[in-house]
Amino acid sequence: MSKSQTAPSLKTARGLGSAKEGTDHWWMQRLSAVAMMLLAPLMIFLVITLIGEPYDAVVAKLSSPLWGGVALLFVCASFYHAHLGLQVVIEDYIGGHAARLTLIILIRGALIILGLIAVLSVLRLMLT
Amino acid sequence: MAEFTLPRNSKVKKGLHWKVPADKAGESGKTRSFKVYRWNPDTGENPRLDTYDVPVERMGQMVLDALIWIKNNVDSSLTFRRSCREGVCGSCSMNIDGTNTLACTKNLDDVRGDVAVYPLPHRPVVKDLVPDLNQLYSQLASIEPWLKTDSPAPSRERYQSVEDRAKLDGLWECILCFSCSTACPSYWWNGDRYLGPAILLQAYRWLADSRDEATGERLDALEDPFRLYRCHTIMNCTKTCPKGLNPAKAITEIKKMMVERRG
Repeated sequence: MSKSQTAPSLKTARGLGSAKEGTDHWWMQRLSAVAMMLLAPLMIFLVITLIGEPYDAVVAKLSSPLWGGVALLFVCASFYHAHLGLQVVIEDYIGGHAARLTLIILIRGALIILGLIAVLSVLRLMLT
Repeated sequence: MAEFTLPRNSKVKKGLHWKVPADKAGESGKTRSFKVYRWNPDTGENPRLDTYDVPVERMGQMVLDALIWIKNNVDSSLTFRRSCREGVCGSCSMNIDGTNTLACTKNLDDVRGDVAVYPLPHRPVVKDLVPDLNQLYSQLASIEPWLKTDSPAPSRERYQSVEDRAKLDGLWECILCFSCSTACPSYWWNGDRYLGPAILLQAYRWLADSRDEATGERLDALEDPFRLYRCHTIMNCTKTCPKGLNPAKAITEIKKMMVERRG
């Protein structure tokens, strides 16, 4: 019998019960979005001012706490937001529990590695 | 799981063309075409789209009037739900001209050209325009849509101020036609776990009631990545609601309560 043909009941509607979570995920997605709204224009401005500049000038700019901080916060906020958002996309469109869980873990792992590389790159420039 | 194409046995084939019976023709001879989804579980055939020509003098004002005329005069096997014929019972919800609405309040003047009539989307079909809504009824039962109190019952009715009663406006009017839930992509993909706009609006109706004492318990039951947080504010629910209600706003109010109780 296919899923659509099984008679839905209170038992199936209640399922495994409430996970008692989700608010944190939803709220942090909104907060990281607001953070990016503020940081993205600054980041774009930073990149535009550095177009055509030599490596030394880039290092000098990013070694200031203000601009280095902007770059660092932007990288953190964007990777965090991507991690939260991609999880929602997978939960929306991938049905099987095993496939869903595997993809979420893989994407989370990839984003942690990429995020760490990005943070270390900015820190290296800041501390050079 | 997201499904972007219909299963092979659900693909809609070309159907029959039902002309106006000679003795039922209108004075002017002018007709309007109704393209109606037909599926009979007993034949084992794919669904088909039948065309019914209806004399403009006979079709009435609303889509439901025309469907009843067809059933009475052309094809008695056409199957659909209807009861009150005035937008109060919620029985005749169906997809008309691409939008989920009530056949009894959808004016034929508001539809241009042929009138396309399908059952509510993404539900198993029982027959023709009758969808299987059992999942939604079970989900409604799961949110326990009744007044819950722990304090002793007063000797008379539980009072509610005019202001508190006003907070239920826009919520109590829902007639459970499920036009909203069946218009919601999130409900299409994850309807087995996501409660959907209709049920969440009902849940908020009890959360917003000044007399209900189970607010925390109700929020606990809703706090779930699927039950509540599959809503991505797509707003199809609000756009399609034939009663002009705003389920998306009710869901947002629930989310606000969730954040508020954290501190």
